[in-house]
Amino acid sequence: MNLMNQTESTAPPPTPTRRGFLKEASAAVLGAIVGIVPLISGLIVFLDPLRRKAQASEFLSVASLNALPEDGSPRKFSVVASRTDAWNRSPQTPIGAVYLRRAGGKVQALNVVCPHAGCFVDYNAEVKGYHCPCHDSTFALSGDISSPSSPAPRGLDELEVELRNDSEVWVKFQNFQAGQAKKTPA
Amino acid sequence: MNSLFAWLDHRTGYKKFLHEALYENVPGGSRWRYVWGSTLTFTLAVQFITGIFLWMAYSPSSQTAWESVYYIQHEMAGGWLLRGIHHFTAQAMNVLLVLHLMQVLIDGAYKAPREVNYWFGFFLLLLVLALSLTGYLLPWDQKGYWATKVATNIMAITPLIGSQLQRLIIGGPNYGHHTLTRFFALHAGVLPALIVVLVIAHIYLFRRHGLTAREPKRRPDCAFWPDQVLKDAVACLAVLAAVLFLILKPRLFGHEPGAELGAPADASEPYSAARPEWYFLFLFQFLKYFPGGTEVWGAIVIPTLILGVLFFIPFLGQWKLGHRFNLGFMFALFAGVGLLTWLALAADRREPEYQVAVESAERDAERIKQLAKAEGIPLSGAASLLRADPFTQGPRLFARNCASCHRYGGQDGLGKVPTETLVVKSGETLTQIAQAKGVDEKDLIVLNHLSDGRVAAGQVLKIQPHPAASDLKGFASREWLSGLIDPAHIDGPNYFGYSKFKEGKMVKFVKKDVANYSVEQKEKLKKVIAALSGEAQLKSQRAADEHTAPLLTEGKALLASDEMRCTECHSFYKKDEDATAPDLTGYGSREWLVGFITNPAHERYYGKRNDRMQKFGADKILDAQAIGLLADWLRGDWYEPEKISATR
Repeated sequence: MNLMNQTESTAPPPTPTRRGFLKEASAAVLGAIVGIVPLISGLIVFLDPLRRKAQASEFLSVASLNALPEDGSPRKFSVVASRTDAWNRSPQTPIGAVYLRRAGGKVQALNVVCPHAGCFVDYNAEVKGYHCPCHDSTFALSGDISSPSSPAPRGLDELEVELRNDSEVWVKFQNFQAGQAKKTPA
Repeated sequence: MNSLFAWLDHRTGYKKFLHEALYENVPGGSRWRYVWGSTLTFTLAVQFITGIFLWMAYSPSSQTAWESVYYIQHEMAGGWLLRGIHHFTAQAMNVLLVLHLMQVLIDGAYKAPREVNYWFGFFLLLLVLALSLTGYLLPWDQKGYWATKVATNIMAITPLIGSQLQRLIIGGPNYGHHTLTRFFALHAGVLPALIVVLVIAHIYLFRRHGLTAREPKRRPDCAFWPDQVLKDAVACLAVLAAVLFLILKPRLFGHEPGAELGAPADASEPYSAARPEWYFLFLFQFLKYFPGGTEVWGAIVIPTLILGVLFFIPFLGQWKLGHRFNLGFMFALFAGVGLLTWLALAADRREPEYQVAVESAERDAERIKQLAKAEGIPLSGAASLLRADPFTQGPRLFARNCASCHRYGGQDGLGKVPTETLVVKSGETLTQIAQAKGVDEKDLIVLNHLSDGRVAAGQVLKIQPHPAASDLKGFASREWLSGLIDPAHIDGPNYFGYSKFKEGKMVKFVKKDVANYSVEQKEKLKKVIAALSGEAQLKSQRAADEHTAPLLTEGKALLASDEMRCTECHSFYKKDEDATAPDLTGYGSREWLVGFITNPAHERYYGKRNDRMQKFGADKILDAQAIGLLADWLRGDWYEPEKISATR
């Protein structure tokens, strides 16, 4: 048998002819088509998240006014709402948290998320300010940046508040993009 | 640019590699019969690409597997296409594997020095089959769940290690989260990794030994590129076209395109349509021939022996007649597989129970899609939506609990007419049996295929007994009540014809008094019926009830009046201690009906006069949820998707 010869034999040198070029071109085109169809079908699905929008923000009942300390220090409350997560629709699930405090006859609401990189900021009662445990951003009681060395580009995100039926605190809960000086809804 | 390539080549030697890859010699010129290996490589690549994208959206757990696949299939852009390609390419691979194996055996490409490469191919075949088996479970739908359960139970009959093996594969004693995580790890990790290694080895050895040329060579040798590549590409295109056709085929029949997704797996929901995917049907059929205690032969021993022969084909081929034996074995094997597959399909086609099971499976699959779309899926998973759906559960509960006496549109709720069997006693004639059972002799003849109308002692006869209680389709609707208060129907089979109420006061009242009503009285009766039906607040009559509100008020007053005589026996908004018949306050409403099913012998309903109906709630035959589902279904109260106006 000439099996061994076959493995040793060198390929015939390709001769450039019109027929040969046609073959090469069609082989390349067909090869590209069969490869691209599954790839594209996958990419369409991969890009699906770009079609999805964040849930519209709405006013949610967060706390009772009576629950807020009279001295104006803030208190943390969970924000509970119905939530859609891909295929799941869950009624009344925690979707975030806010600090609420009395401020001159009004109620101020701050999103607990640090506008620097999105960590959960702590309230420090001793210094009456907020501190981010990740990169040491510090914020005043009002939510403003309290020190020039703070890495956060803006103060804590204030949320719209409404008082309903005298004592219910409703907050328009929203998250904003971190890392920017401007407050843009996420 | 050229210098960049030269720089790269100097460091990688890619030019030589590329040259070797592309200019592999094809002795005797390119041929169509050499395309199978390339199509398999192609399908494998397709599975890797589509599989990884599917992976990005798939979530393996009992409460999320079906749900995430549903989301891919019905919510994500292009998901149906992606999943369709993955699903049908998997099927195409099994066909191509057979073709490739046939070509290898026919051309003798397993002979020296290619034995090892044949074995690589042999193991690749097994690995691809394992991919099919593991992939079938991942959507966690009823079909995959029950079929795979059968497969893993078969595994458990392996001598000595069976039950441990099964436990390891399904991740515990029961199917659950770890069954999915394990199957998924196998399907997307272990098996593909092994396949990659073996494919590389397979192609390396193929290149090392060269192509097994088909003798006689018809043309001069040529290079792999572009002659053979072109033929390979055309073949791959044909495979892709076939796959796309299979994805779009349901469109031709007015269904949604793409791979099937059944109802979510539910261990408490029977599934008689469980079948393995078509390429494993032969094994399924084969097992039917092994009576209890001998399954191990059909499931393990004989398949292992056959695989053993396939494995030893390179050695068998060394004998003088070995090649012919191998070919004979292969053709016999494929013929056997083909025959068994055909027998399995033919058996299912003949089996009406299977057809009913398939229909019911399709109904559930369609229904869960509607529910998931409308309500979203709760964290407890999609199966809980179906469990709480009157449209799905109502007919099943009715068939199991009510259909021995009641009917629903003449059948048992699931489309079957309840049937009993009886054994013919010696000397009994068909006429006697028909009379004794109160059924029509002609029906017996048709039902039992008795062409001459004769029966022998000991013969088993099917009989459709008369319903002992009313037909509840449309219960409490105006139409249903009109039939009840109709002298021609009240003692017929749809109402009290075969119950003890046939001799009761209501029947007498309707047959004597109502039968002689004047035109004016009949008008009043219509109003009473409308008012009584209005008590039920049926969804189907909401519009009619609103339209005729004054008529209902009038009817209500009439119902309560002495004139219509209803309150002689029934209570209606006024508690009557002497009432002997069911309270008509809120008649047919959910609350009324739930109470009735819970305890028909309660004084609010039939009290001591209750005919044979069981106290489904009071005796704990059904739980509150089941009774509620039954009541909702009987009242026609379930979620219905808004109908999309038909396209012109």
